[in-house]
Amino acid sequence: MAAHLSYGRVNLNILREAARKELREFLDKCAGSKAIVWDEYLTGPFGMIAQYSLLKEHEVEKMFTLKSGRLPSADVKNIIFFVRPRLELMDIIAENVFSEDKMHSSRDFHILFVPRRSMLCEQRLKEQGVLGSFINIDEYILDLIPYDGDLLSMEYESAFRECYLENDQTSLYHTAKGLMTLQALYGTIPQIYGKGECARHVANMMLRMKREFAGSQNQILPVFDTLLLLDRNVDLLTPLATQLTYEGLIDEIYGINNGYVKLPPEKFAQKKQGEASKDLPTEPKKLQLNSAEELYAEIRDKNFNAVGAALSKKAKIISAAFEERHNAKTVGEIKQFVSQLPHMQAARSSLANHTSIAELIKDITTSEAFFDNLTVEQEFMTGVDTDKVNTYIEDSIAQKDPLIKILRLVCMQSVCNNGLKQKVFDYYKREILQTYGYEHMLTLNNLEKAGLLKPQTSSRNNYPTIRKTLKLWMEDANEQNPNDISYVYSGYAPLSIRLTQVLARPGWRSIEEVLKMLPGPHFEERQQLPAGLHKKRQQGENRTTLVFFLGGVSYAEIAALRFLSQMEDSGMEYIIATTKLMNGTTWIKSLMDRPESQTP
Amino acid sequence: MAFITATWNPLGEAFYRKSELYEMCWSIRDGLRDSLVAAAPYGGPIALLREPHRRSPSSRPQLEIYSASGVSITSFPWKSGPVVQLGWTVSDELLCVQEDGSVLIYDLFGSFKRHFSMGQEVVQNQVLEAKVFHSPYGTGVAIVTGSFRFTLATNIDDLKLRRLPEVPGLQGKPSCWVVLTQDRQTKVLLSTGPELYILDNTSCTAVCPPGLSPQAGSVVHMSVSFSYKYLALFTDTGHLWTGSSHLQEKLSEVDTKKSTPPKQMVWCRRPKSQQPSVVLMWDKLLMVAGVCNDTIQFPIEDPCVLVGELDGVRIISSTNQELLQEVPLVCQDIFKIASMAPGALLLEAHREYEKSSQKADEYLREIKEQSMLGEAVRQCVEAAGHEYDTNTQKSLLRAASFGKCFLTDFSPDPFVSTCRELRVLNAVRESSVGLPLTHTQFKQMTLQVLIDRLVYRQFYPLAIEICRYLKIPDYQGVSRVLKHWASCKVQQKDLSDEAIARAVCVKVGDSPGVSYSHIAAKAYECGRTELAIKLLDFEARSGEQVPLLLKMKRSQLALSKAVESGDTDLVYTVVTYLKNEMNRGDFFMTLRNQPVALSLYRQFCKLQEQETLKDLYNQDDDHQELANYYVTASYREKRLESRLSLLQSAVDEYNKAKNEFAAKATEDEMRLLRFQRKLDDEKGAGLLGLSLQATMEALLALGLHKQAEQLYRDFRVPDKRYWWLKLKSLAEKEEWEELEKFSKSKKSPIGYLAFVEVCMKCNNKYEAKKYVSKVTPEQKVKAHLAISDLEGAADAAIERKNESEMGVVLSRCSVSDRLLIDRLNRARASAAKK
Repeated sequence: MAAHLSYGRVNLNILREAARKELREFLDKCAGSKAIVWDEYLTGPFGMIAQYSLLKEHEVEKMFTLKSGRLPSADVKNIIFFVRPRLELMDIIAENVFSEDKMHSSRDFHILFVPRRSMLCEQRLKEQGVLGSFINIDEYILDLIPYDGDLLSMEYESAFRECYLENDQTSLYHTAKGLMTLQALYGTIPQIYGKGECARHVANMMLRMKREFAGSQNQILPVFDTLLLLDRNVDLLTPLATQLTYEGLIDEIYGINNGYVKLPPEKFAQKKQGEASKDLPTEPKKLQLNSAEELYAEIRDKNFNAVGAALSKKAKIISAAFEERHNAKTVGEIKQFVSQLPHMQAARSSLANHTSIAELIKDITTSEAFFDNLTVEQEFMTGVDTDKVNTYIEDSIAQKDPLIKILRLVCMQSVCNNGLKQKVFDYYKREILQTYGYEHMLTLNNLEKAGLLKPQTSSRNNYPTIRKTLKLWMEDANEQNPNDISYVYSGYAPLSIRLTQVLARPGWRSIEEVLKMLPGPHFEERQQLPAGLHKKRQQGENRTTLVFFLGGVSYAEIAALRFLSQMEDSGMEYIIATTKLMNGTTWIKSLMDRPESQTP
Repeated sequence: MAFITATWNPLGEAFYRKSELYEMCWSIRDGLRDSLVAAAPYGGPIALLREPHRRSPSSRPQLEIYSASGVSITSFPWKSGPVVQLGWTVSDELLCVQEDGSVLIYDLFGSFKRHFSMGQEVVQNQVLEAKVFHSPYGTGVAIVTGSFRFTLATNIDDLKLRRLPEVPGLQGKPSCWVVLTQDRQTKVLLSTGPELYILDNTSCTAVCPPGLSPQAGSVVHMSVSFSYKYLALFTDTGHLWTGSSHLQEKLSEVDTKKSTPPKQMVWCRRPKSQQPSVVLMWDKLLMVAGVCNDTIQFPIEDPCVLVGELDGVRIISSTNQELLQEVPLVCQDIFKIASMAPGALLLEAHREYEKSSQKADEYLREIKEQSMLGEAVRQCVEAAGHEYDTNTQKSLLRAASFGKCFLTDFSPDPFVSTCRELRVLNAVRESSVGLPLTHTQFKQMTLQVLIDRLVYRQFYPLAIEICRYLKIPDYQGVSRVLKHWASCKVQQKDLSDEAIARAVCVKVGDSPGVSYSHIAAKAYECGRTELAIKLLDFEARSGEQVPLLLKMKRSQLALSKAVESGDTDLVYTVVTYLKNEMNRGDFFMTLRNQPVALSLYRQFCKLQEQETLKDLYNQDDDHQELANYYVTASYREKRLESRLSLLQSAVDEYNKAKNEFAAKATEDEMRLLRFQRKLDDEKGAGLLGLSLQATMEALLALGLHKQAEQLYRDFRVPDKRYWWLKLKSLAEKEEWEELEKFSKSKKSPIGYLAFVEVCMKCNNKYEAKKYVSKVTPEQKVKAHLAISDLEGAADAAIERKNESEMGVVLSRCSVSDRLLIDRLNRARASAAKK
């Protein structure tokens, strides 16, 4: 059922199985029938690990969402709270437990903290006087969750904000722990590279943890050759740009959540022959998107402009396959044809789905608004007029376009200009406050703190140098048959991925100057392998690098890395890990602060 | 060597041998007479209490502890009450059961650990007899009191006293009794003379051993085997009955022809015993009574003590110690005179080979012809394990090694591991160490336990050698030993903190898995706080240091260690602790020196204690954050006045932070709020809380143009935005005349294409057309297209000679626009020519 996790270079199913095993063990600790009360945020990530069927096998009969008040009645022996270690959730749990005791007394309570138990939370439960009501208080160490055959995410939404705004490095601690778990399963990673403050911090913690656990050295042949830790703030530009790959656009427009997307239902109406179905479905259409779907795996990382051709090619192949039935003469041939039918039908429905999605997206990408927005983005990225107030932004504010769109553009201009001139800077801020309201003061302040939006402090603008040295802009990006990663943004090659690419060849030494311009230290560490575990590399065997994006990664960046893995002469396979799968919109949203107004 | 069978005595079809383990190192004046002796199985230590009944304070009895080889470990005068029984626990602690029912526990080195009592009732009635026994649950104690009642504790580490039911008609001390562990229950079997009873938790049942001859008499001595499976009963007529301890089967009945009960009676068996036996000891005689009714008799000169082992009986006398055991089958096969077993032949072959005799080949051939070479090697290896004499071990192993050369796919593992294990066993059997373990016992006790025992006896170097030699992973091996060593080292009172810390560091270094915090905790337990802190410094896991540091009240240090660990939950823990421990000022100061902790605490305050947050910013003179705090707070206020006053505070702080923009913006907001309130009051406009733009929008929608105009001017709204606003608002309200007037009020800062498009959006093509002519030449084509005027668009494009614009127009043409298409194509062609 999670077979697609094991197709890649690194079998991520091992990680999933380890997580499942632990879950089963915990569930079996609470003997008898159970109900799970979910911290709603966790249901998505948990879905990646275990479906309801697994829970059911272990006598989970009911599931509820954690909310204050009284727990729904359920005739079960155990009530298990699956929660993140957050104080506000503890208060809700306490309330639940209190209102419960009055009615029943025979149900046992348990808490499972994900990903780690916290003394602070337990203290809070104690203060609330309910700590003693719990029979089991346990932790379920779920740091890195496999999302696809080459993709791991912690789905730690606030990681970037905590690290850069609040100086809270909890997420980095979890990252380091997660990487230790990974190394326990896949062997010690001999080489660690990194760029950025957070990367340094994570590497330090990893090395320290390694020392702490020295002696329990695992004897597993290392699967990963290299780990690259990248701070998101080394490349603030990339996520701000509109992603132009198929998957990237789906995420930009509809949002992909824990591997699922919800789409407007109109295009997916069942068209059955001879039956005029007039009433359109009103529920959004929910689709799972991962490499288990052959067609999706093929097209998701393509530039959207190349998707149409790919779909029509696929359509031809499928209809040709269906035509085969006319050639099937003998019983044997017919039998063989029939045996392939389910697969063909699945392919056909997959094709239908993606054709519909592509149509939906096309409606948007061909619109003038989309085009204008993209033009401005590309102007900024190529360094055109980044030091002036941009008319398009001005007009968009006047038109009251969504604030996040404005913020993405303004931040992008600031990043591409290494900060805005004070006058321009103040002008934008004033425009935003006057148009969208003074309450966004705090948000602007946050963006400033995170370095996304800032006044120019030095007269020197590094961005053009960086752009030129790293070839961030490729004039002749080939969207159909790409030969460079710049295809994912139709011209712009993501900075983060260029750094990754250069690291593999010719090495970072060649770009020392640029690395110094980017924030935070860059470093290299080696981890000693136990004797006998040094890999004997086969001729032509690819190396494997785990690229960890601290603070989030976009689908377009993932696509670019996959492209590099597939390039014949790259000699490198990439596995991607991150604190959160994100795009410019969700990213900016996570940095916004909106005080709740009490005025009526 | 040739006479290896000289010490063998036949018993039934098997043989028994008695081999010397040690000449005892001790010198005991009066031998073992008149002493309480307890010797632990598995080559455990020996405790000796001389003249336990001596009570005069001037000469107290002496309690002595020796290793199994008689090396003195400790000795001290016994100052407590009279001792009834001594015994060892499974973890080598000494139990001293006193007459008054209290049980004192000492460690191997004679340090008092703790004590417990066998019950209140015992204090008056006193303990008549006691037995220490081992069961799967640990070590237990059973006593019979002066009122002839039994009390049991099955596990002294989890003390639960059980008083067993009364035995009917018992008017005196039972003549003998044993503790049985059966079916997960601990029971007592006792003899009142004529009757046998089984006592369990709830009942007392009379029992009768099956097949016991009626003339046998009453049971006066009994013994249960090491595994609790077999029972031996000795009657006053000298009959020895053996059978299962369930009393359901009889094995044998032997007439010993002895009328006095033996002083000690112990089972002698081994796993897969051919011929189990019971060893009985009288003053001058040791008798091995086999189940086969055969007996062997040994004279003894000295009083001895018998120690039952898993695979034999140790006989300890004041001068030496011997092991009596059934000769293992494999050894019988090899060493039995004229044996033709493959192992025996191989041993012979090797012997001839060493003599360079060709007979070696004959022997080998003989084994090979029967295809028994593998079996021969196996036998030699196994037999070597059972031999105590190193020369015998060597010759067997050499023979095995020799035989192995002629085998192609024979796994070397058993050979290698036996060699290694024997080396370890020989080392621990050394008299100076004194652990006379047999290979069978060693396998049963496991290497882990052996190392534990060595560590407990403080044979650290040997333990480390063994770990290294056997390549045990550091975690379970060397590191564990070092940890114990260090924990012991820190208790040495005659060394300075500095010296100990250095010694520990040198030895332990960064051996993986040694927890310095564990060692430090030990030091702290012994009251050496400074040493503990020194040691904690070596701890790699900061997380581990924190709890102990807190316990030692080194909270600042704890905080920095917590921060170092990166574990934020740990930081929170320390912070919470500090918050409760310190006064607020000190607490804040402490945090100030730890930015990470401070940020985390701020996070906590943001969620839980807003007020504290303000104090924190205040303390740090963080005006920017303080201002932000006031801004956030202002939104929580319901009343405008309080909101404004908070915003005023924000303005002040922004000014202090030299953030002019924010100060100005906040002042603007205050101005806007006042304005909105005024209009809300006057006109009920419902403006409060809207953004400036939304306010102007609302005003225009309400037709309050003047007020909108005022805001536009007061707040210096850019023309462009205001024009857009007004344009859209007028168009929405379809005030076309107003719009036209507005368009003419001055030159539009947003151009006129906007007018065209907005009018079209409101579906007013007529109005839209009015503005097309005013559009700049660059936007002409777009404007014409907006109102779907293809002709006009084409004209404009052709006039501008702009190819791409012509293209755009062309793309909008349909087939019916034949003429237009031709015209455009012609123009395009001519433009291209140039």
